[in-house]
Amino acid sequence: MSVRYLSCGDTAFSVEFGNEISPQINGQVMALHAAVGRAKAAGALGGLVETVPSMRSLMVCYDPLSTTRAELQPQIDALIARGLPADAAGRTVRIPCCYDGEEFAPDLAEVAERTGKTSEQVIAEHLTSPFKVYVLGFMPGLAYIAGLEPSLTLPRRPQPRVRVPRSSVAIAMDMTTIYPFESPGGWHLIGRTPLWMFDKRREQPVFLAPGDSLVFERIDRARFDAIASEVEAGKLDWSLFYSDWSELITP
Amino acid sequence: MSALTVVRAGLFDTLQDIGRIGYMALGIPTAGAMDRIGLSLANALAGNPPNTAGIEIGVMGPDLLVNAESVRIALAGPLSPTLIEGADAAPKPLESDRSHLLKRGQMLRIGMVEGASTAYLTVSGGFAVPPFMGSLSTYARAGIGGLEGRKLAAGDSLPIARDTAPAGQEHKLAAPFDYGSGSIRVIWGPQDDYFSAAGRQTFVSSEYRVSKEADRMGIRFEGPTIEHSKGADIISDGIGPGAIQVPGAGLPIVLLGDRQTVGGYSKIATVASVDLPRLGRLLPGLTVRFSAIGVEEAEGLRREQEVRLARAIASFQAARPAGGIDLARLYEENLIDGIVYEREAVR
Repeated sequence: MSVRYLSCGDTAFSVEFGNEISPQINGQVMALHAAVGRAKAAGALGGLVETVPSMRSLMVCYDPLSTTRAELQPQIDALIARGLPADAAGRTVRIPCCYDGEEFAPDLAEVAERTGKTSEQVIAEHLTSPFKVYVLGFMPGLAYIAGLEPSLTLPRRPQPRVRVPRSSVAIAMDMTTIYPFESPGGWHLIGRTPLWMFDKRREQPVFLAPGDSLVFERIDRARFDAIASEVEAGKLDWSLFYSDWSELITP
Repeated sequence: MSALTVVRAGLFDTLQDIGRIGYMALGIPTAGAMDRIGLSLANALAGNPPNTAGIEIGVMGPDLLVNAESVRIALAGPLSPTLIEGADAAPKPLESDRSHLLKRGQMLRIGMVEGASTAYLTVSGGFAVPPFMGSLSTYARAGIGGLEGRKLAAGDSLPIARDTAPAGQEHKLAAPFDYGSGSIRVIWGPQDDYFSAAGRQTFVSSEYRVSKEADRMGIRFEGPTIEHSKGADIISDGIGPGAIQVPGAGLPIVLLGDRQTVGGYSKIATVASVDLPRLGRLLPGLTVRFSAIGVEEAEGLRREQEVRLARAIASFQAARPAGGIDLARLYEENLIDGIVYEREAVR
């Protein structure tokens, strides 16, 4: 496989797998992220600090007082040459989502109208899209989740909202996302989950990880309120919402 | 509880250590000291390990009341603080770049940082604040780290680990640390190929002014626009410390500790780590030039800087305690007319 190495100063470099967004390329990024994490855990790759996966590249951060680019890059190259699995193992995460009412889904009717569907069709397609977390960023815990049914593709809203409520479920382009905080936002709001994507009271405050597969599950308002009160009280058993746990991929 | 109480808040005072390392993959910025050298010096002066969190003082510092039997503090950076020793006492000037032993009821007024944007205050033994994801660094945008995830405010009580300062000598820096001068050194990439040859030439041959939009996230520069050849937008990728992104308007933005972990603008170059502490001290209105070097040279300069830092720490000098006579030093240096300190105080 041919990759490009890009300089990010004297403390990092990027391994670029291609210049497009695709499940195959992102799969390679995640596989290298996981392989580096395993190698580091096994005591190899001295001086490596952390790796940062994104859509089509992996940034490798190092400590120039402990290693050098010239020392580290061939070791990364060797990991790639050894062969990366086509798809890195990730968790399957279930996201309960309430799609009901103007409060939670203010843009659902407009999305339906602009894509020539009924609201129920939009919901059905959101529930069956094969979602995967490609990258976390922009704000702590915000995941770019690709795999939206292509006929739901819409550009971002021309005028972003000043305040999008926490845990809003939104779509734009070929992706979906879940707002970890109340924040400004330009995506189309079609539902809300009672789960918090970032909860600083938890030992692992960020819920989603790159490489996670995601399935949305429809819940009604009563179920939403029940889960929400457990989340608020810090009493939710979060492990109910992910399965096929193999490894939480952080180096 | 032993604490430093914030009687009056400064402008941008936050607890910072070296940063929250290892969570960028989860979208968590590293944050951390804007000037790691200043923090290291302040920690060494206080007798702390280098990664102990201190107060990063931004532009203007706080007034702090000592609520402990005694505490050894250290200051690093261009400060002219004063100490008020009691209710009716007149403020007494304190030197920066050294440690001081403070007693209960005394108030330290930090005042302005002069000629730089940041300075540091550490306490011997550190602050007794629980770390968040392994670090005390404050990242205010997400309300995490530090004291309740925010800058210090009047009325805050900053718990300190010890009620009594360990016995020992005060220390000072022998000479101000040389942060370097001349152009800011950068390494081309990761997306220098998104710029025209003329655009790259503009970047390394022009003067850029620090705009008012300069904070812990980054510094927006003003100056000649840099020409793209493949557009300003890329598929978002990781942003390392010191990355210089150039959005469509063509002006460079250097990204620092509180930068987001990934971004979608092309990055023409990255500031060499040796010069990041200089950037962390730049004030709005100052101008800089950028010059390109190679990765190996940058790594070498960083190692050399680390040696100079270790040397500066190894050559700390004994300093007299505030207001007292340092007998050890008197005997060492001034056996004949030993009342030099009183004389200074009168002057």
